[in-house]
Amino acid sequence: MTDLNALHYTEEHEWIAIDGDVATIGITDYAAEKLGDVVYVDLPAAGTTITEGTVVGEIESTKSVGELFAPVNGEVVEANQAVVDTPELVNSDPFGEGWLIKVSTSSLPKLLTRDEYTALTGE
Amino acid sequence: MTNDPGTTAPEERLSPLDAVHRAAGASFTDFAGWQMPVRYSSDLAEHHAVRSTSGIFDLSHMGEIVLIGPQAAAALDFALAGKLSAIEIGQAKYSLLLAEDGGIIDDLVVYRTGEDRYMVVANASNAAVVADELRARAAGFDTVVSDESDDVALIALQGPDARAVLLETPGFGVDGPGNDEEDFDAQIAALKYYRAFPATFEGQPVLVARTGYTGEDGFELYVAPERAARLWGALVETGGPRVVPCGLASRDTLRLEAGMPLYGHELSRDILPVQAGLGRVVALAKEGDFIGRAAVEQGPVADAPVLVGLAAEGRRAPRADYEVFDGDGADAARVGVVTSGALSPTLGHPVAMAFVSPALAEAGTALFVDVRGTRIPAAVVALPFYKRAS
Repeated sequence: MTDLNALHYTEEHEWIAIDGDVATIGITDYAAEKLGDVVYVDLPAAGTTITEGTVVGEIESTKSVGELFAPVNGEVVEANQAVVDTPELVNSDPFGEGWLIKVSTSSLPKLLTRDEYTALTGE
Repeated sequence: MTNDPGTTAPEERLSPLDAVHRAAGASFTDFAGWQMPVRYSSDLAEHHAVRSTSGIFDLSHMGEIVLIGPQAAAALDFALAGKLSAIEIGQAKYSLLLAEDGGIIDDLVVYRTGEDRYMVVANASNAAVVADELRARAAGFDTVVSDESDDVALIALQGPDARAVLLETPGFGVDGPGNDEEDFDAQIAALKYYRAFPATFEGQPVLVARTGYTGEDGFELYVAPERAARLWGALVETGGPRVVPCGLASRDTLRLEAGMPLYGHELSRDILPVQAGLGRVVALAKEGDFIGRAAVEQGPVADAPVLVGLAAEGRRAPRADYEVFDGDGADAARVGVVTSGALSPTLGHPVAMAFVSPALAEAGTALFVDVRGTRIPAAVVALPFYKRAS
């Protein structure tokens, strides 16, 4: 069980788990629920350099398309192939098996705490 | 992640079933100023339930405008594109409200509920406009037009099990003397598609119609708002796992698969009926004038775009407003625009409806849709994408 209070968050409804210089990134349960059933996930390949604030992937539901914004600068070290093959993992386990990418990064921008994030979503 | 969750404006309207939906854990969306369920748990599960068992929808946001009077039929013949005087009592007809220039103001289902009585069902977004137009157009006729939208709730039960569930649900009768459940069952057994009859539920009136917007067999139940929660509860309780509450997200993918147009997407003021494949809905043979007749008889310009179905491979769906091209190279020409699209839950591949140049509307034509910067191949196919077996 992921400790949600140990994660960082963005206003774009992403979560970031920091382990050394690797950030694991996914979307929150709030975002997954708003999207509806996720049917397609497009992620940047390992080795891709990503820039904070730019669109690096897509999460598509039957109803709409969500863009994945890079929350940090860095290089993608792994994209979650399981979620590409089984997009519903984003709905069923957004903070666990539904993670999207791991990024190697040397510096973190200002991110939200759990309390700040839940204040934002009102949930 | 950008997926604006939106906020609840204080003036947003609530369905008479709002408390039922909240208790069921629905997520809500704004639809034409109404807070309506977009889904209860899973869009896909709700979609599949309607195709395999049945689903129940709250459509109380839709508009109901009633015409009563000796010239109600004549007024509708003048006001709408169809010949409504020709339908029998208990019959329903799909029709269009056209502007003078032939553009579509709304698409409607019209029920004849008596010799001198009709109910016009309008899209929520257009209900007020339709009521105003019908009042203005009926002004010279001996009929009263009243917008009864606030006094009518609408529950749809759709899917292969809908009929069985309706028959099993206790509390139904027929309107009139000798009213009992056997009479109700006999009426349901005899009820054809696009027909309706006045029934009762727990002694109160409910209009039972065999109509819908999902591509499945099913029923639409028009009932007083204060009775809606009881009726919804009875259907859900009786049906058990065979009746899944469904939100507007699944309603949209269901109607898309069935090739049914949605106002604001396939239909608009800028579209003539023939462009959307609805030429048959306009009764040019009917005697007398009707609003939009001259423009429809003249027809759109020769190269006016026409509505087609598109089928693609993979999982990335063309969506509303995406552009259609005749190739994937730099020299390809823009030849149309998508009006609705989704990864079809039933078929497993992307489907879309689009307006394209008439020269490219033939089934089998290879086109491309720009999906956020990538041109994906999409073939023109006949509508509907999905048709139920029986």
